Amino acid sequence: MGTFHDDKHELHGTTIVVDTTSDEIFIGRCEDIDEREVILLDVDVHRDGDEGRSKEDYVQHAAQIGFWKKYDRVAIASEKVVSVRRLGDL
Amino acid sequence: MPYSSLIVNPMRQELTAVGFQELMTPDEVDAFMNEKASSAMLVINSVCGCAAGQARPGVHLALRHEVRPERLVTVFAGQEVEATKQARDHFADIPPSSPSIALFKDGEMVYFVPRHRIESRSAEDVAADLTAAFDRYFAAETAS
Repeated sequence: MGTFHDDKHELHGTTIVVDTTSDEIFIGRCEDIDEREVILLDVDVHRDGDEGRSKEDYVQHAAQIGFWKKYDRVAIASEKVVSVRRLGDL
Repeated sequence: MPYSSLIVNPMRQELTAVGFQELMTPDEVDAFMNEKASSAMLVINSVCGCAAGQARPGVHLALRHEVRPERLVTVFAGQEVEATKQARDHFADIPPSSPSIALFKDGEMVYFVPRHRIESRSAEDVAADLTAAFDRYFAAETAS
């Protein structure tokens, strides 16, 4: 039993990794995805090379234990999105 | 803001019906941690159906396994806020997520299932992860 949201994108409620055309990669809970943007809640962002870690190093670490929220909500414009993956698939 | 008990109570009962003790206060959390039970499972329960809807059935299935933790406890994220914070403070190096599941051996966390390892998976998949961990960490306790 739970609460469900059938009016949202199929990834709603799922923790996703959003890579972008910039040096930033985001992890957060998908609120919704439409033609204009990807909206994430409880979001962390990593910049390529920060703390000596590449984007992929950061994602692999997050896949093991999770991630620390930095922002309540982030909207990423669709034209900046390179890929969207489920963190649980990594 | 906590949900109505009309919504939350059935979600609580899904766990208490199979033997989980609800930890309602920080003191109850500390008492559990200080027990240092030889084998224990803590479920951080959650309302969101996107993930918790598979967490609780997965836990149910896992507990049918021959090897299982002897002590079962739960806190409810977003409901017992202080108790949940206290539980998370005991494993502060793990980012908070809910639902999530932690296994303890002699009071030390040995296995953790974060939310993203539950969401979008079936109850059977969640149970398979848990029973593999039960076998790995608790087999000796159940056999003795």
